[in-house]
Amino acid sequence: MPKMDYIDAIRLAMKEEMERDDDVFVLGEDVGHKGGVFTTTKGLIGQFGEERVLDTPLSESAIVGAAIGAAMYGMKPIAEMQYSDFMFPATNQIISEAAKIRYRSNNDWTCPLVIRAPIGGGIFGGLYHSQCPESVFFGTPGLKIVAPYTAYDAKGLLKAAVRDPDPVIYFENKKCYKLVSGDVPDGDYVVPIGESNVLREGDDITVISYSLPLHFAMEAAEELEEEGISAHVLDLRTLQPLDQEGILAAARRTGKVLIIHEDNKFGGIGAEVSAIIAEEMLYELDAPIMRLCGPDVPAMPINPPGEKFFMLNKDKVKEAMKKLALY
Amino acid sequence: MKKVTEVVMPQLAESLVSATIDKWLKQPGDVIEMYEPICEILTDKVNAELPATIQGKLIRILVGPGETVPVGTPICLVEADEVEAGTPGISPAAGSSSAPKAPASSVGSHERAAVRAQGAAAASGGDGNDSMRYRYSPAVQQLAAEHNVNLSAIEGTGLGGRITRKDVLAFVESGRASRPANGNGNTSGGALQGNKSGGEVRSSGLHLSETPRIPSVDVEKQVPGRSEYFIDVTPVRNAIARNMRQSVTEIPHAWMMMEVDVTNLVALRNKLKDDFKKREGVNLTYLAFWVKAVVNAIKDFPIMNSVWAVDKIIVKRDIHIGLAVGTEDAVKVPVIKNADQKNIAGLAREIEDLARKTRDGKLTLSDMEGGTFTVNNTGSFGSILSYPIINYPQAAIVTCESIVKRPVVIDDMIAIRSMANICLSLDHRILDGVICGRFLQRVKENLESFNLDTKLY
Repeated sequence: MPKMDYIDAIRLAMKEEMERDDDVFVLGEDVGHKGGVFTTTKGLIGQFGEERVLDTPLSESAIVGAAIGAAMYGMKPIAEMQYSDFMFPATNQIISEAAKIRYRSNNDWTCPLVIRAPIGGGIFGGLYHSQCPESVFFGTPGLKIVAPYTAYDAKGLLKAAVRDPDPVIYFENKKCYKLVSGDVPDGDYVVPIGESNVLREGDDITVISYSLPLHFAMEAAEELEEEGISAHVLDLRTLQPLDQEGILAAARRTGKVLIIHEDNKFGGIGAEVSAIIAEEMLYELDAPIMRLCGPDVPAMPINPPGEKFFMLNKDKVKEAMKKLALY
Repeated sequence: MKKVTEVVMPQLAESLVSATIDKWLKQPGDVIEMYEPICEILTDKVNAELPATIQGKLIRILVGPGETVPVGTPICLVEADEVEAGTPGISPAAGSSSAPKAPASSVGSHERAAVRAQGAAAASGGDGNDSMRYRYSPAVQQLAAEHNVNLSAIEGTGLGGRITRKDVLAFVESGRASRPANGNGNTSGGALQGNKSGGEVRSSGLHLSETPRIPSVDVEKQVPGRSEYFIDVTPVRNAIARNMRQSVTEIPHAWMMMEVDVTNLVALRNKLKDDFKKREGVNLTYLAFWVKAVVNAIKDFPIMNSVWAVDKIIVKRDIHIGLAVGTEDAVKVPVIKNADQKNIAGLAREIEDLARKTRDGKLTLSDMEGGTFTVNNTGSFGSILSYPIINYPQAAIVTCESIVKRPVVIDDMIAIRSMANICLSLDHRILDGVICGRFLQRVKENLESFNLDTKLY
């Protein structure tokens, strides 16, 4: 099985889906001749031509709006937001239109749309290139949201998103592009939306996370294993709908839960995950539910010490895991 | 050596099963002297200050203001210097039958088990930080209940000596569960029993037909709209409501009223009151005479001083007169003990005493226990006729109504006399019209026979 970078897995998924289904096309800023600012769509225009790989104006609202129209007409667009930070001009299209079309038309119309958006900081990107906007879209019924961490899931979830009959937001982590790599099978496979995945088994503490912080959690778990602390690590993979059974099973395993995400703590995914746990299995908890998240400040600073302070890293994660283990 | 001790909610009266912390007078970090009040407690019956049972430093409050907890629940942690090795600061004075006195050298789980089983206190192990030793997570409690584990017997490996879920699992796996720990046959699951100790306290009986509701609505909380607002039901209001409902639903009330000519009594009091105030320092109230008249009538008709007990009637030999005293938001019934053995001056003094304590909220439980008959001075707020509800489970209640000057016919002539009504509600299971008529007639005679020659002492 070939080993492949996270970003290459994303590109491969788009390529395979475009080969498989003529209705699939990509559109976004500089996705064509430049191949995307991160090279995610590199080479696609050569293979599929500019009618299926569209360079668009700098207007996210137009990108998503056009994609919604095409999707309703039966196409399978993959709309790229260059950075998730730039997604907000399209928020009205996403939340008020895409998410509601099926409901509003009483099932007459659907919107099989994928919106890819790179999230996360740590790339010296400052205010406008580092945000994690999950919580903005998280509370919107009608949207599905996935956020892969492994290269395998990056490919499998994007394929599942393309084939899903409803709008799916695909949050890829830009720091993971080259940092994370792994085995990715050649052939066609999908990772079902709505299923979490146990990355590591353990029985002292349960870590629940998604996207980049899992990288730190896995590293920290490795080190803690040597200190005699075994961590159970759950990758949510899909944020909407959350895999409640998977979450509860993982939490039950140890009764001590640490939820980690880079998006800020207040009103984040962790709040919902912890509420599910508190509602369903209070009597099996052995410690207060802990959250380790980005600080509740307006934005990622661009100065390096500030960015370092803001970002999660292995040491911060390890410290939190240890604290919970010792409780 | 420092030692952390739990202070538990005391049982303020036999019938109490729970109490509410009103406010804390001491905060974490404060040093507490022995018997110094540490918090104020609200119960159905009385508000009281809780004196410290130990000297030391308050380190943690476990039950916040407004929270209601069962008797025996730890409410705060106090850190105290251990006086000397072998003398645990909270030496188990009571319940030693279930707690073998551990030799000083074996301070450890053995002693902990014993102390914990009493639900009295927590002893500290060697490392000095056992602050989490008795903080059980839901998972730990669930596992302990499932496997019948006595948590006292487990060493905690968590933060601050906390017993973790894994500690319990390991303990169960080691096969030591389901057996009485440390030979304390009756303390198996002691910790859990401790937590449930509220359930073993008497919770039913004549005065407790239901457990008090925990107030859940903030006082005068605003609700949407302006047409109504809510007032919280305090424990005292709750108790009044329960007792009143119990009385009117269980006791078939009947009522009668008589008119009394108290002109001579008014003259007598007017003659003596200034002197009396100067000499005794208390007011000479009409109520003192009224109580005297009622008590003397009860002496002649002892059946008035009784309780319905379904298969029998219990007649009380001692006459303890309950006095209904209203405050702004409640009514309390302090009791004059052995009222028949007191003269009018003594009654006046005791009435003033109890009324002042009621207004100041300083009544103790013993002030309110044991009443056998109740007198209600409804005249004090201007009423001339009222229909009192019997103070359950007594047999009758009497009211003294306002004294008003009215024209009355005496020997076919009209005279201006000071008149007052006396009303009686009676338990018709025990008493009938004839006996009550005679009783009221006797009260009337007693009141009308007060004259300028009557001695107060």
